[in-house]
Amino acid sequence: MVADPVPLQLAAELFPNGISRYAIGGLFVGLGAAVIYVGTGISAGASTFLESTLSYVSSRSRFQQYVASRDWRLVFTFGIVLGAAVYAVVYQGGAWTTEVSWWRLLIGGVFVGIGTRVGKGCTSGHGVCGVGSASKTSIAGVLAFLLVAILTAQVVAALGATP
Amino acid sequence: MATDRHPLFIPLVLVGGLIFGFGLGYSHMARPEVVLNFLQFEDFGLLFVMFGGAAVTGVVFFLAPRVLDRAPLTGDRFERRLKSFDRNVLVGGAIFGVGWGLSGICPGAAYASLGIGNVTILWALAGMFLGAYLQGWWRSRAADSVDPAPTGAD
Repeated sequence: MVADPVPLQLAAELFPNGISRYAIGGLFVGLGAAVIYVGTGISAGASTFLESTLSYVSSRSRFQQYVASRDWRLVFTFGIVLGAAVYAVVYQGGAWTTEVSWWRLLIGGVFVGIGTRVGKGCTSGHGVCGVGSASKTSIAGVLAFLLVAILTAQVVAALGATP
Repeated sequence: MATDRHPLFIPLVLVGGLIFGFGLGYSHMARPEVVLNFLQFEDFGLLFVMFGGAAVTGVVFFLAPRVLDRAPLTGDRFERRLKSFDRNVLVGGAIFGVGWGLSGICPGAAYASLGIGNVTILWALAGMFLGAYLQGWWRSRAADSVDPAPTGAD
């Protein structure tokens, strides 16, 4: 009758916060992308918003190619902010702020901005929509950013940077 | 496409974004600390966010073109998200990986992070816009100097 403690112990080590919050959250993320896809045929990614929004303030050809989609991408991003705010009000009970240092966020953000655009997608475009489409390009992209991110985070932690 | 849109197009995008952002909040992925814990092998739960999401899109992307002829709000055909593969996918992915590993935040999660009240994330958002601008500036210049060459010039 006694459950084997080894797998349980392993699960507790690998998933100290359980998996339900992650799995349920992921299902909602996928559902949001799916709703847009079924209605419009568009597989939305979050990072194109950066370039499409820059088309409002820059006439560079690279940004102007997104003029046709920039308004709905603005709405999509607004929806993401609002949806997370609903979560915060219902479950979090107020604002939450990060302890990660500003310079890590800023410099990391610059790399994210360059890399997602050069690499044609981010965690949502490649990760959720691309992998869901079984796109080999997206799977390669996900492997590339996942491996390098793991390496980077481990090196930064080893160098002693606390958040 | 921009001129004669279905009146429900924008509302639907808003609802989709709402569900998407709620999921990012619920999954805790909007917190950079949680992403960094995952990348440092302290909590593997984050795998379930991406694969949970991809499982839903996988089923829906598979079924939609078989059930519906065209997308009701745009009249467009359903296509899989198949972007062409080239070296940029790996180079860009690696650059993105450095940024993600350093900051613990990616674009969608950054927007959601703002929604959960994390104003500090504006540093990351400023960085992302700066990075996107830099690569757009550089690529526009490259494209303009090679005249009508197709996108392969990147």
